[in-house]
Amino acid sequence: MSLSKDAGHLFRFAYLFVIAFAVFLVIRHFVVPKTFGQYGHYRGAAIAEIAARPMHFAGHQKCELCHSDIAEAKKAGKHENVSCEACHGPLANHADDPSIQPTKIDTTVLCIRCHADSAAKPGVFPQIDPVQHSGGVPCETCHQPHNGL
Amino acid sequence: MLPAAAIAWKYVLAGTPEDSPNYTKTDHWWSMLIDIPKCIGCGNCVRACAAENDVPDGHFRTWVERYHVTDYHLANPEVISPDGGKEGFPAVPKSAGGEEGFSAAPEDAGKYFFVPKLCNHCEDSPCTQVCPVGATFVTPDGVVLVDQTYCLGCAYCVQACPYGCRYIHPEKKVADKCTLCYHRITKGLTTACCEACPTGTRQLVDLKDPNDPIHTFLKTHSVQVLKPQMATGAKVFYNELDGSVR
Repeated sequence: MSLSKDAGHLFRFAYLFVIAFAVFLVIRHFVVPKTFGQYGHYRGAAIAEIAARPMHFAGHQKCELCHSDIAEAKKAGKHENVSCEACHGPLANHADDPSIQPTKIDTTVLCIRCHADSAAKPGVFPQIDPVQHSGGVPCETCHQPHNGL
Repeated sequence: MLPAAAIAWKYVLAGTPEDSPNYTKTDHWWSMLIDIPKCIGCGNCVRACAAENDVPDGHFRTWVERYHVTDYHLANPEVISPDGGKEGFPAVPKSAGGEEGFSAAPEDAGKYFFVPKLCNHCEDSPCTQVCPVGATFVTPDGVVLVDQTYCLGCAYCVQACPYGCRYIHPEKKVADKCTLCYHRITKGLTTACCEACPTGTRQLVDLKDPNDPIHTFLKTHSVQVLKPQMATGAKVFYNELDGSVR
């Protein structure tokens, strides 16, 4: 009996700690996200959320489901491995709903981005001086962009 | 959270087993190969990244630098990256009398080359180590991501990245960076930058896929990562990287 009497102040303090710890556990249960620690020290559900973000580029595989004729034509030329959206831009909305028509490409701007003359480019890459070569005439007047001729 | 088999069973019952999510994180270890001699500095990757990921103007998840090295002093190359290379680079006049179609720099003008940069998705990344709240992490498939609902915007990670690949999103006020198009690669597609690259400079790589051409490439080419002395375990491989690149 003398123990509890003499050590009473210690027990009172211990009760306080136990209650505080219980309160901490309750708050932690509600504050920490459910999936935190699923894979590591982060919220596991974040991975699935990031994986669910919307796409803007459909991918050339999807383009070729409908435009197989263009895919076939491309095999004949140097642009074989250039994917559709490299030139046509992101068109996932067109792939989902073909009634949405992509805007017409201005070849005087697009082709020049890659093929304008510059000594900084690798020497094996085909380049032209846009002014001397065509004088501003659109490239598709003479060239077939899909087979690169 | 349902086990994978239970999720798959729902699709089997619905009669569409082919739609069942069959992506297993631990079967992949994503990275990228950048073949520097192929890069023409067109900026397609920078524009594609901005379009795919709604990257705010003036910030870049990927960008292209043009190096100009004129002498033995590799520590001081001339590096330009106008607007991240988004609209390409100013032309460098070629030597007079050069054959049209295949230009070459004048012999005394030094060498030029383009270096596309992006998050290196380090195995031992400094950015994830400094995050005080666990908002950034390496996924089981080797991609460094930011949980933007958990990020405080303290920017420790922005300072910690030795490659300068992170920024604070001006509207969301949280850290933002390259996700290696995680929303695409988990669905069997390549990244937006790889999709848009016209010369095949960029190749998405899965190091855990034994059939990936990267394994042959690494054995037969002179491949380097950026800042190997930082021991970050960078996974973006550069073919024929020049010593002046930092």
